[in-house]
Amino acid sequence: MEMTFAEKILTKYSGEKNLTPNQIVNVSPDHLLTHDNTAAIIQKIQNELEKYGIYSNIMPIIVLDHVIPAATEKTALNHKKIREFVNKFKIKNFFDVGEGICHQIVIEKGFALPSKLILGSDSHTCSYGAVGTFSTGIDRTEAASLLLTGETWLKVPNSIKINLKNQLQKGIYAKDLILKIIGDISASGANYCSVEFHGDVNKLTVEDRFTITNMGVEMGAKNSVFPVDDVTINYLNSIGISKSFYNSIYPDNNAHYIKEYDYDLSLIEPMIACPHSVDNVKPVDEIEGLEIQQCFIGTCTNGRISDLNIAAKILKGKKISKNIRLIILPASKDIYEKALNLGIIQTLLKSGAIILPPGCGPCLGAHQGALAPGEKCISTANRNFKGRMGCKDAEIYLASPATVAISAIHGRITNPKEAL
Amino acid sequence: MKVWKYGDNINTDMLFPGKYTYTCSTAKEIIPHLLEDLDSSFSINVKKGDIIIAGKNFGCGSSREQPVLGLKAVGIRAIIAESFARIFYRSSINQGLMLIESPDAVREYSDNDYIELNINKGIIKINRKEYLFPKIPKEINEIQNSGGLLEYTRLKLKKKNK
Ligand code: SF4
Repeated sequence: MEMTFAEKILTKYSGEKNLTPNQIVNVSPDHLLTHDNTAAIIQKIQNELEKYGIYSNIMPIIVLDHVIPAATEKTALNHKKIREFVNKFKIKNFFDVGEGICHQIVIEKGFALPSKLILGSDSHTCSYGAVGTFSTGIDRTEAASLLLTGETWLKVPNSIKINLKNQLQKGIYAKDLILKIIGDISASGANYCSVEFHGDVNKLTVEDRFTITNMGVEMGAKNSVFPVDDVTINYLNSIGISKSFYNSIYPDNNAHYIKEYDYDLSLIEPMIACPHSVDNVKPVDEIEGLEIQQCFIGTCTNGRISDLNIAAKILKGKKISKNIRLIILPASKDIYEKALNLGIIQTLLKSGAIILPPGCGPCLGAHQGALAPGEKCISTANRNFKGRMGCKDAEIYLASPATVAISAIHGRITNPKEAL
Repeated sequence: MKVWKYGDNINTDMLFPGKYTYTCSTAKEIIPHLLEDLDSSFSINVKKGDIIIAGKNFGCGSSREQPVLGLKAVGIRAIIAESFARIFYRSSINQGLMLIESPDAVREYSDNDYIELNINKGIIKINRKEYLFPKIPKEINEIQNSGGLLEYTRLKLKKKNK
């Protein structure tokens, strides 16, 4: 039987044969990711933890990133409880406040590898398909159960194939492509499905792929994945993981897909998701000139070195509009350091930017850079839901780092094409 | 019993704002903020046994489970939608909150219509028309019958450690 990527991975992890979509299988993931929500997760199972301990101290990956440094006594107490839990059960993979955003850490530290299975108590766990991992989000209760038992159930998904051809033009980025796709497919268009990218993917770096797979959940996907190729292999080499550490699994040529889409990358324009839904996507040109008050470059979608570099190129020797706050957030400490060494941070600071510590920052509206009623923010994040940045009467627009940076100079939404 | 009707793509931020996710985790803390940015009358007026009817992709967005915990705690009998987002769907299984996928029933229902739910038989009755909805798969039913995922896990651990 010809199989999709998801069918092959789930065959491997369930030990069952001839899987068909909608079948339910039992799996033990290689890793379980949790973050600040670990406090709430362990709270649910205190008695069981006392009695039985945890299933494994290597499986969990815990990263403190959502509200860091702690904003209130309550969030500080959560962090404290998590550190105590980590020490008590000798959890090996713990990253304290300031290391970076959980999804960046999982990839950067080499936990995400081709054809591994990772579950995480965060919806953007789907990001690791960038390096060929099968990864998807679960909730806190399921994470609690996994901590104790190391296993859970998954439904074999249907698969969607997206064929890419040609190359993105100068000034057009992975973010524009994924926004275009989500606008076409809709916020529920890939519900429960595994999304596979095929075709001319070799011009997309691992960072580009990360931006694309990260937003898989914004079209409802269970997971989203790129094939492992030289780009992946070179990236993994660069973080010290040689080919002998992993196997790659590829879908069969005649596997069954419920839908196929074709995209000519050379035709993609700068795109922007307008309030209050990620699939409300328009070409930037359509709303050019709209006044904004805050610009935000960061998050697990677009807080990497290439993103900061694009922003620095645009902002070099320029000043942001006096009506704007420009917030920059490197997605990890490593990225922050690199950006410092390359002079990117200095350029951004000189232009008038505020640099926040590596973490989620204003993305979820819990602290740092919340919006006021009536304000508009253009952001490189993955969600523009009503209230997402702390205020239900504010508006969030999602775009590429280039669009956000050029918009910061003008104080208005601006097409970046001319600037590059 | 009241029916609360909402549209497509009701996301987790509308159901429970992200700014509270690291400060509220118990039912008591969650309930006052339920649907805060979508319908401020909800948490004040919702009663045990009420039903929610909504469009496509209900519960999309974050993996946060407070919406499910909260809706279960206030006694929502079932959510009938055209479709659900997958993490929300799993979360509802884990907490024993009843979800029914029935695009036909959603399209048929208008305000103040008569509605009756027979969960055991898998039937929604709207005015005089009946709509069947599929039974839950047996593996998942086991979780729900145990009283949710945590209870199910506790039973499993007990068996294993006997
Ligand atoms: S950066 Fe935003 S989307 Fe990414 S993990 Fe943090 S809160 Fe979630």
